[in-house]
Amino acid sequence: MFIHSPSYFAQSSTSIFSPAGTPSHWIFTLSMFVLSITAVIFVIVAGLLTYALIRYRHRNLLTYNEPTQIYGSNQIELAWTVIPALIVVMLFLTASRVILATQDAKKPTDAVDVVVVGHQFWWEYRYPKLGIVTANELHVPVSDPAHPTPTYLEMSSADLDHSFWVPRLAGKMDLIPNRVNTMWIDPEAPGLYLGQCAQYCGVQHAKMLLRVYADSPKEFAAWVAQQQKPAVEDPAVAEGRAAFLRNACVNCHTISGTPANGRFGPDLTHLASRDTIASGAVENNPTNLKQWIDNPDSLKPGSLMPAMHLNDHDLNAITAYLTTLH
Amino acid sequence: MSTIPITPDPADEPWVLPDRGTIGMACLIIAESAIFVIFVVAYIFYMGQGLGGPTPKQVLELPIFTTICLLSSSLTLHWAVVGLRKSKIGAFNAWLAATVVLGAIFLIGTGMEWYHLIYVDGLTIQTNLFGTTFYSLVGLHATHVIVGLLMLIAALIFGLTGHVDEKHAHRMDVLSLYWHFVDAVWVIVFTVVYVLGR
Amino acid sequence: MADSVSGLSSVEAIDLTPVEKPRQLFLEVLYDWVTTVDHKKIGLMYIAYSLIFLVIGGIEAIVMRIQLAVPHNTFVSPQVFNRMFTLHGTTMVFFVGMPILFGFGNYLVPLMIGARDMAFPRLNAFSFWISAFGGFLLYYSFIGGSGLYGAGSAPDVGWFAYAPLTARVFSPGHSTDYWTLSILLSGIGSIGTALNIVATVICMRCPGMKLNRMPLLAWLYLVTSSMVFIAVSPLTAAQIMLMLDRYVGSHFFDAQAGGSAILWMHFFWIFGHPEVYILVLPAFAFANEIIPVFSRKAIFGYPAMVAASVGIGFISLSVWAHHMFAVGMGAGANVFFVFSTMIISVPTGIKIFNWLATIWGGKIRFASPMLFSVGFLFQFLVAGLTGIMLSVAPFDWQLTGSYFVVAHFHYVLVGAILFMIFAAFYYWFPKATGRMMSERLGKWHFWLMVIGFHLTFDFMHIPGLLGMPRRIYTYEPGRGWEIWNLLVSIGAVIQAIATLIFVYNLVHSYYKGEKAGNDPWDAWTLEWSTASPPPSYNFATTPIVHSRRPLWDIKHPEDPDWNYE
Repeated sequence: MFIHSPSYFAQSSTSIFSPAGTPSHWIFTLSMFVLSITAVIFVIVAGLLTYALIRYRHRNLLTYNEPTQIYGSNQIELAWTVIPALIVVMLFLTASRVILATQDAKKPTDAVDVVVVGHQFWWEYRYPKLGIVTANELHVPVSDPAHPTPTYLEMSSADLDHSFWVPRLAGKMDLIPNRVNTMWIDPEAPGLYLGQCAQYCGVQHAKMLLRVYADSPKEFAAWVAQQQKPAVEDPAVAEGRAAFLRNACVNCHTISGTPANGRFGPDLTHLASRDTIASGAVENNPTNLKQWIDNPDSLKPGSLMPAMHLNDHDLNAITAYLTTLH
Repeated sequence: MSTIPITPDPADEPWVLPDRGTIGMACLIIAESAIFVIFVVAYIFYMGQGLGGPTPKQVLELPIFTTICLLSSSLTLHWAVVGLRKSKIGAFNAWLAATVVLGAIFLIGTGMEWYHLIYVDGLTIQTNLFGTTFYSLVGLHATHVIVGLLMLIAALIFGLTGHVDEKHAHRMDVLSLYWHFVDAVWVIVFTVVYVLGR
Repeated sequence: MADSVSGLSSVEAIDLTPVEKPRQLFLEVLYDWVTTVDHKKIGLMYIAYSLIFLVIGGIEAIVMRIQLAVPHNTFVSPQVFNRMFTLHGTTMVFFVGMPILFGFGNYLVPLMIGARDMAFPRLNAFSFWISAFGGFLLYYSFIGGSGLYGAGSAPDVGWFAYAPLTARVFSPGHSTDYWTLSILLSGIGSIGTALNIVATVICMRCPGMKLNRMPLLAWLYLVTSSMVFIAVSPLTAAQIMLMLDRYVGSHFFDAQAGGSAILWMHFFWIFGHPEVYILVLPAFAFANEIIPVFSRKAIFGYPAMVAASVGIGFISLSVWAHHMFAVGMGAGANVFFVFSTMIISVPTGIKIFNWLATIWGGKIRFASPMLFSVGFLFQFLVAGLTGIMLSVAPFDWQLTGSYFVVAHFHYVLVGAILFMIFAAFYYWFPKATGRMMSERLGKWHFWLMVIGFHLTFDFMHIPGLLGMPRRIYTYEPGRGWEIWNLLVSIGAVIQAIATLIFVYNLVHSYYKGEKAGNDPWDAWTLEWSTASPPPSYNFATTPIVHSRRPLWDIKHPEDPDWNYE
């Protein structure tokens, strides 16, 4: 019915047809099955329709007599009730198997736990067992099928509904206030998997992007060790640090080892270790960072971070300080 | 020229269709029931979910007397309609007046209950989820009682001024359908709010 | 009475010459329309009003498509984009779909069952005006949304307005209040009209028109109106709760005080999904009348069609949570809603097969009404099949909230419903105005619409499969979405042009169209037996019917339908 070319779909970094994790693989197999069945139904019914429309079109406009009137047939009605019903039962059983397999999967002991909190318009990630808090860039270990280390995400929201969607890894799961939802992912190859919020959550729903980094076990261990350290204290940027602490930044942001412990915005302890800022909206480099601090609306209109109206001196100092937070 | 099909009917069956007033009221009752179902579901969904008191157990008392008044008003209204059908306008007026009084007692009871809840127990619609669901559900029902009461009072005025006779029995039938519905809803509200909810 | 040998074979024709009215002043005409309780005039007002909103909603769609044609576009701000999709959805569902279908119902149901008017003519006028006022309120938010000084604000919470986005803290100002109020009022209007249609169909049928002889259109309007009571009321209730939250400070959907976002989802979709069927059943109704006439055959399997419609009505009340497969319901609930959703494809399939069987062996005339019906058949088939894909919960975890869903429901709402509405316009316009619509413009309209529709909505599935969520005002390049979005946008413009041709055709044909006569399509139901346009009393003499196709019996006295029913 639509373009049926897996290779085309594999080119996209967010295609649901290039799975790279177990839930996504299951869905892919199921969807191919459903697509095939619906395609067959389409070909048969549309074929019959086309045939009837051509075969029974009124050819000779001069002759006028009504065709034979047929009012119905119980046998035929029964046939086209029963056959679709059987197809439905088959589809239902297949779908149910995948639902149960995904939702009732047993959690392995090696699983990594992450608490995901959705915010307008960014993601907070907490690793309770590892003592890590980070934002917007989720690091998980690659899962070896022999020794699966899936990541279990416990999801909730600080404000309103969001939805976590990384198409190559799994389907969606909503993040809803006053509620904890669970999903799991197990990327099978190292790499960066993209996605974004899939539930409308206000002005900047469009730029609430998702980045999942699947690291090899060694890389992941290194990342964990680095994230567990307190914030870097580089004497060269002490001025910027002082400016940061003096300004309202501390009301919303946390930098471990400093008095800044706000929870409204992302944790900045290891900001410089991230590739992007503003929830994936732009690359993390000093220019963008400075623009972001100066006027967040210029990069992400409607973002909840206010423009602080800092003087140039403070602005440069704070930017310089933040770039040292590896 | 146009043609209207009129084919003679050999059987000449009598062609009787249901009455539109009854059907219309039945439809309204179905739609209203759906609205009540949603409010009742919300009440049940939030039962015991409130953050902080007061709780139903602490403040609600069974409104037995007003409930009896409201339910018996269904009976008096029924007798009123029966009287009207028999052209006994006096009986109609008397029973209708009784219905109005019973309905009014129910409303006064609700008013006193609310007064007590608000000014003594400090429970308003803003206090917690119990307050939210309680006032909205009971209030929705009370609104229906008020509407029904106004219509009954209008009928009573017509009755007392001599504008009603047995030709109107059918209209009173339709109106009493609504009143019976309001009473039936109270049975459910009563059960959910005062029995299960406590 | 003419000769009456058997008693059954004789028919009588009564001459009706429509009375020519003297020309009236404009104000008199206006007064006539504003105060009318005539079901035909109210029907036409419903239709005119929804056509105005169709154009407004269409403009909003075009604004969105221009913005999304290329990545990182800055045609409109995110705030404006969010208002556009909110208003587009709300307008199209509540102020185009519902009123236009009620308009046709108002106009056609009494005529087709041989009644003089609706059961409650004054309620009918009330329902219309309150719905119209609702539509006005929605757009009034542009003026009063944040007080007069902040003019230009409009609701931006999405058409399903998930809590707690609608709470005061997330949606300050009054635009959300206007949204709530307008839907509340249109809901009251809908319930009123639905009540009227049910009472009309049950209580106003002409002698001889037993339930099993009613035109299928009347049956489907009976089912769809009954669904309104059960589906629209929950929405009304939920809107009352939302207004209490926003104005009185209650906590139904207030997450801070323990309120539940999920509860709103349930309440909304208990309305929202049956709503789709409320909208599509009248489209089926039009197909049931048009396809047989243009295939020159009686509808195939009348009892099965009725049973399937009633079945769809019931099952559709139990499928709502398939909109919520990704909110974290338990596996048991997911499995249940997968099943109920899939099972609804059985009666829907019966309908498609019966239409196919009606065409089979006929003599099909491809006039504009039939062309649009053919488009409907193919497009509804595809919509049903993508619906099956979405009903498979795991597949839905990927597809929900993506452009695939947007494509799917537009296939239903545009490909099926709007196409059948166009077909109904071409079919019944001669009855309502006494003039034919231009066939030439009709063909242009049809083919441009088909091209535009498929360009837009076929290709819209693909970015969804490639991970594009709905309701985003812009997107990153490099994900394979660009080309599809551009094609979709081009298709939208073509559809807009097609619609303008249609509107031009309506206006032009009203003044200049060929005279239609009473029965231009050689049809079989009662409305074609009276004058075009019908006199205000509809029928000079109450018709008496003996079969499902009373005019067939007149035209074919040698072989009347009642022998086969």
